[in-house]
Amino acid sequence: MNQTIAVICYIILAPIIGGLLEGLDRKVSARMQRRVGPPLLQPFYDVIKLMKKQVIVVSPAQTFALISYFALMLLTGSMFFAGMDILLCFFVMSTAATFLYFAAVISSSPYATVGANRELIQMMAYEPAVLLSCVGFYLIEGTFNVGEIAFSKTTDIIYLPGFFVAFVFILTIKMRKSPFDTSTSHHMHQEIVKGLTTEMGAQNLAIFQVTEWYENVFLMGVIGLFIMNGTTTNIIIAVVVILLTYFLEILIDNTSARMKTDMMLKLSWGVTLFSAGVNLLVLMLVR
Amino acid sequence: MAKVKRSPWLLHYDGSSCNGCDIEVLAALTPVYDAERFGVMNTGDPMQADIFMITGGINTQNAEVVKQLYDQMPRPKVVVAVGVCACTGGVFKDCYNILGGADSVIPVDIYVPGCAARPQAIIDGVVKAVELFQQRSDEHDKLVKQGGRPDAAKDAVKEDKEVSNG
Amino acid sequence: MPVIPFLILFPFVVAVLMYCIRVNKIRNFIAYISSVIIMAAVGILTVQWALGGAGNIYLYNETHLADTAILVAEAVLMIFVTILCIKYRKYWISLLSIVPTLMMMYVELYGKKTEISHIHVDHLSILMCLIVGVIGGLIVIYAVGYMHGYHHHHTDIPDRRYYFFMLLFVFLGAMFGFVLSESLLWIDFFWELTSICSFLLIGYTKESVAVTNSFRALWMNLMGGTALAIGIMYFNMTDGDMSLTYLVQQGVELSPFAAIPIALIAFAALTKAAQLPFSTWLIGAMVAPTPSSALLHSATMVKAGIYILFRLSPAMRGNTTGMMISLIGGFTFLITSVMAIAQSDGKKVLAFSTISNLGLMVACAGMGRPETIWAGVFLMIFHAISKSLLFQDVGATENALHSRDVEDMHGLLYILPRLAIFMFIGIAGMFLAPFGMLIAKWSAFKASVDSENILMVFFIAFGSATTSFYWTKWMGKIISHTHLTEQRIKDITKTNEVISLTVHAVLMIALCMSFPILSKIYVSPLLIEMFGYSDDVLPTEVLIMLVIIILFVFAVPLMAFIYSKKQKTNVKLSYMNGVNTGANRAFVDSFGEPKTLWLSNYYFHKVIGQRKLMIPSQLFTVAILIVMMIMIIGGAK
Repeated sequence: MNQTIAVICYIILAPIIGGLLEGLDRKVSARMQRRVGPPLLQPFYDVIKLMKKQVIVVSPAQTFALISYFALMLLTGSMFFAGMDILLCFFVMSTAATFLYFAAVISSSPYATVGANRELIQMMAYEPAVLLSCVGFYLIEGTFNVGEIAFSKTTDIIYLPGFFVAFVFILTIKMRKSPFDTSTSHHMHQEIVKGLTTEMGAQNLAIFQVTEWYENVFLMGVIGLFIMNGTTTNIIIAVVVILLTYFLEILIDNTSARMKTDMMLKLSWGVTLFSAGVNLLVLMLVR
Repeated sequence: MAKVKRSPWLLHYDGSSCNGCDIEVLAALTPVYDAERFGVMNTGDPMQADIFMITGGINTQNAEVVKQLYDQMPRPKVVVAVGVCACTGGVFKDCYNILGGADSVIPVDIYVPGCAARPQAIIDGVVKAVELFQQRSDEHDKLVKQGGRPDAAKDAVKEDKEVSNG
Repeated sequence: MPVIPFLILFPFVVAVLMYCIRVNKIRNFIAYISSVIIMAAVGILTVQWALGGAGNIYLYNETHLADTAILVAEAVLMIFVTILCIKYRKYWISLLSIVPTLMMMYVELYGKKTEISHIHVDHLSILMCLIVGVIGGLIVIYAVGYMHGYHHHHTDIPDRRYYFFMLLFVFLGAMFGFVLSESLLWIDFFWELTSICSFLLIGYTKESVAVTNSFRALWMNLMGGTALAIGIMYFNMTDGDMSLTYLVQQGVELSPFAAIPIALIAFAALTKAAQLPFSTWLIGAMVAPTPSSALLHSATMVKAGIYILFRLSPAMRGNTTGMMISLIGGFTFLITSVMAIAQSDGKKVLAFSTISNLGLMVACAGMGRPETIWAGVFLMIFHAISKSLLFQDVGATENALHSRDVEDMHGLLYILPRLAIFMFIGIAGMFLAPFGMLIAKWSAFKASVDSENILMVFFIAFGSATTSFYWTKWMGKIISHTHLTEQRIKDITKTNEVISLTVHAVLMIALCMSFPILSKIYVSPLLIEMFGYSDDVLPTEVLIMLVIIILFVFAVPLMAFIYSKKQKTNVKLSYMNGVNTGANRAFVDSFGEPKTLWLSNYYFHKVIGQRKLMIPSQLFTVAILIVMMIMIIGGAK
């Protein structure tokens, strides 16, 4: 019963929270640049406008791949908030990401293809850290089950600081923030135009946008999982940590220049190997 | 219901110009003037754009390019010609390769005069374009509601002809 | 069970027929009939065994006739290999055949003799029989059509199809013999026979590259065979028993005599499963016609190494041999999947991915726990089917497209839709959630965390990232939109090829769906048989949830497809800064001329290519092998 409520809440609230977070993101970014910035609800205005426009595609199959991406991401988040196996969540997420890749390459457009190829490298860069974070949870809690991890008595981050660092690091990639926004460029006039999303206009772009919101909420949920220990006050701490992490991402976004993909790959694998690796070694030795 | 005019995304194309207007347009879009507070985004991608800002005249080489970019934009869309060259061809009008203003290849809605166009004039033009965008969007919505085929339907402005791609 | 000798001998009889009949039509007909008979015989064997209680069955204690026949056959093989080595001036390789054969003959004639049974039927061998029988049979059916197209296309290669089919059937017989044998002597004989079949099939075209590669495969496999022979002889001289089950049991009980033979046999398995540092033979083997690549070099023969490791795995748990095997396997899994990224030749990608997946299976066996074997068995099943499907499909595509380069498969979905869909299914089965391979990889991951094998955890975490990279980019190539359809390419795939492909695809999807059932009724008993107990690696609820997700993953694209079909859309040109010529594949260049656009995937071959990584990783693994073998022989536990 609780699971059903959680899933319904996720499906209804995630786009709202995700959109608000993005609005906040744009607002805070603007303030960092000494601007007023757009209204908080700007992301919603954008999506509504995109939905109202004429439906355009380069290849009709794009919509198909994008809707699959959307549905699978919804499934990922629902599984997570229903408290199922966390590894399974990430596996379904990787399938969803594959569909996003398809949506871009299916058009055979040069910019979208370059963006998509970079997206693949990004996937390769973040996957080890994601899998290892799951291992971290498993070592502490003895289970991959999200529900049990969230409501157990331990605060995982105390034992998993290295995994947390690795996860936050790849979160920058996952949230398409500079310096790792190599596959799509959120800022104007860059070398691959809009990268992955170049051939997505109107409704397709709206689907992409909303899916990103769902994804961000899911990722923030994983951040929260590091904090959760089953008490009520803890939830407040979790929310604060999530907001701080988000703020950190915005700060990184606004203070760094974009990196080449190979640098990104080396750096993220290096950080994963080092911080998660050391943490894992310590955990296994201590146990 | 949110108004579409809150989210006008621009596509800027610089034709055969002296780059004066081009620089003026870009300057108006820098963080200094913070166009984003009105929801304005400068996108480099016609598929995601609502307002097509064109500076400079049309020559034989870029005529096809402008047509194609216009065609790639989804309806409803608005075209703004910024600067006298984009309006009429300007000082280059009689050059061997100049076809004229932007309206020699695509339907232009708003003309912003000036050489180079003043920032106030550009902003005024954009404000007018945004209003027109809202109006067209409402008409588009009405067509969709009536169950007509919005894809095939012509927009309200009669000059807006289907531009075939050469 | 008379069906067992039939299963082993019948392919040899057919092989003789294949060699004698030089009329294509008649031979093809016989090939069809016999492959159906083989499949039926495997079915009968399975049913009989299942009706008999599905337990351990030991048979044939008195086998003088068969022993003599094998002795003679060994001698013939040795002479044959020696002659070939002399003919191609590779004299030293013949030593690798002569020495082990003489050793085996010595053991046979003068070694200690104990009463053992020679045939052993249990879950694992039945599984292997099913894989060999069903996939082998289908590949033979496929090969009939494929080889027709192959010789149509390669007119410079002499048409020796009688020889090719003979080898295929000899190989099938040898495989059945291998997986059903309990006697170590028999195992050694069939092992050598499969090595030689592989060698001859690689050299089928007689081109100089093929000859070089075939001899490389030969010496590597024979070296493994030599290690196997030394191990068997050692065990015979020290303990005296010649049965595999007994050997494993001794290994579990930490008998001082068993450690060295087990390490040597495991070493032999590494060569057969093409693990680093022996991976180069499998990559070179890709010059052979596709059916042999599909049958020997991905679906069955290389699985012989895995099979023997699974048999040994209870005896490898937690000791140096197990550490060596899992280290080599895990390392191979990671490094070859990285190298696969740099390949653009479709068959090479498949070869590297085969080595990589075999590495994972080897590592699973090396860890020697029920959970890892659970994962390994599933990896083996799904890998056999997916890979066989992919190899056959790439072969058929090559016949039509005249290229097997992944880059040339741009928009294959629109050029050769049928083959592209099969390819898509095959690739999806290899890595995409929630198909079989991924679930098996998942449980391998979980098991290595449980066994606190920290290196394996890292190998799998990084290896699965690189694995999905090269598969995804291949999939992307297939589905990319193309407008090159004006140059029509004819789909010349023969009906029998399509039959085989369809059966494979259906089989794969069906197996994915029946995952929980398969786990419960087959793999758990297998583990109990092997270890005496079995853990539920993934609880049944999770498995059922997985099936639901599989259905969802199938349903979503289908519904999305229907929706996107219905939706009214405006098709626009792709964005090329306004200079798209209107075909989406060309743009107007600065001279005003149309210029075709080529889109390529990333390969990084200068950074992670085979040339860059192969030798260092070979050196590394050789070092591990030497150190570990010395430790084992020196008596480390």
